Amino acid sequence: MTWKIQRKKCLRCGGCVGVCPVDALILTENGVVVDEEKCIDCGNCEKVCPVGAISVEGDDE
Amino acid sequence: MKDVVIVGAGPAGCSAAKELAEEGFDVVLYEKRQEIGVPKRCGEGLPSAAMDDLGLDVPDNCKMQPIDGALVFAPNKNKVTIDSGGTVGWTLERKMFDKWMAGRAAKAGAKIRAKAEVIDLLPENKGVVVEVEGERKKVESRMVFGAGGVESPIVRKAGVKDSSELHVVDSGYQYEMVNLELKDEKKLELYLGNDLAPRGYVWVFPKGDNKANVGIGIAGDMDETAKYYLDKFIENNDRFSRASIVEVNSGMIPVGGFLDDMTAENFLALGDAAHQVNPIHGGGLREGIRAGKIASKVASRALQKGDTSKKELEVYNHMWWEERGEDLRRVEKLREVLEDLSNNDLNYLSEKLEGEDLLDFTGGSGLSKLGKLLLKRPGMMKSARKLL
Repeated sequence: MTWKIQRKKCLRCGGCVGVCPVDALILTENGVVVDEEKCIDCGNCEKVCPVGAISVEGDDE
Repeated sequence: MKDVVIVGAGPAGCSAAKELAEEGFDVVLYEKRQEIGVPKRCGEGLPSAAMDDLGLDVPDNCKMQPIDGALVFAPNKNKVTIDSGGTVGWTLERKMFDKWMAGRAAKAGAKIRAKAEVIDLLPENKGVVVEVEGERKKVESRMVFGAGGVESPIVRKAGVKDSSELHVVDSGYQYEMVNLELKDEKKLELYLGNDLAPRGYVWVFPKGDNKANVGIGIAGDMDETAKYYLDKFIENNDRFSRASIVEVNSGMIPVGGFLDDMTAENFLALGDAAHQVNPIHGGGLREGIRAGKIASKVASRALQKGDTSKKELEVYNHMWWEERGEDLRRVEKLREVLEDLSNNDLNYLSEKLEGEDLLDFTGGSGLSKLGKLLLKRPGMMKSARKLL
């Protein structure tokens, strides 16, 4: 899966980074970046995001 | 070589830094954000008892509103009032408070640098790689404290086994609102209900001058977002119609999953990074500052002995669990029971319980009273037993 992070929604709180079991997310000044190589598609980040900024590419929203 | 590098200059890190610096240790704190205390991820409440216990003589410019109790609303709007008759806590301005905490540490002799992100640890956790405004350098130290909050990867990098289980975190979202009609400017408002805030609650924490933090925490594994639930709550309440949003905050709140082992070679974790948060109300200020004191005591002894091995630092686990962990684990059990409750159960309890009972529960005491009440509810036998 390819994950899409909507920068305009993201508040850069890092909640998603904290629940990533494989440290595939990095909080940068421009928002959160996903390391697709490490990502295991568990979806923790999508669920925990307080503002719904993370979704699977292609899904509507 | 430094004695201690502390990752994160929040309240936990600054609390530890002050204690260690006062004992003459060479301490440096790195904060990745460009401003300490900003943006806040917090409802900003702190009980007066915590200030007394922790020896915090909080200056007036950090204190926004004295609080004398709380109004707790069941799903059917039935209200339980906690009225202490006098000031029992304050709503703070974290932006000011965190800098004051940092100032205390600095006055004691600690060195602090904002906009300095710790990227990695040196071998055996004997120092860090830190990026200060784009420039990377190695800083060697005898040991490292991980106090970088929930999102800090340093704790796991150091070798502490941390859970990333979704169920033990809450997803949090908050607006700071102005021109808001408050029910009582000296009381916190808390709203419970499975449709309103699944497994969590909506809070309104007055900050003086018709200002308040209006926020929500919900279980981390819900389908809808925290923002969705908070916006719905606000839309359905007329009194918010004239209020304005002056700040938006979000974050993840650890609500359990305490770590049996918070240490590694030359390393220990504290604060939100070690899940040291009260699992029922999600407050982490008091726990983090307290943990800073415990951690610094242990580290101070280890440094004096010249032995900061994991084995030596494990005393921290024992001390924290004895002082805080056992109580907090009881509170975690309560949180587990509460998430099984239906709206009807919550309504029932609001008829049977007094404000003082609720205060006891948040501290992990008096839980058998709740257990006995739940025994009378259909299907709640198993949950009730957890509390008896």
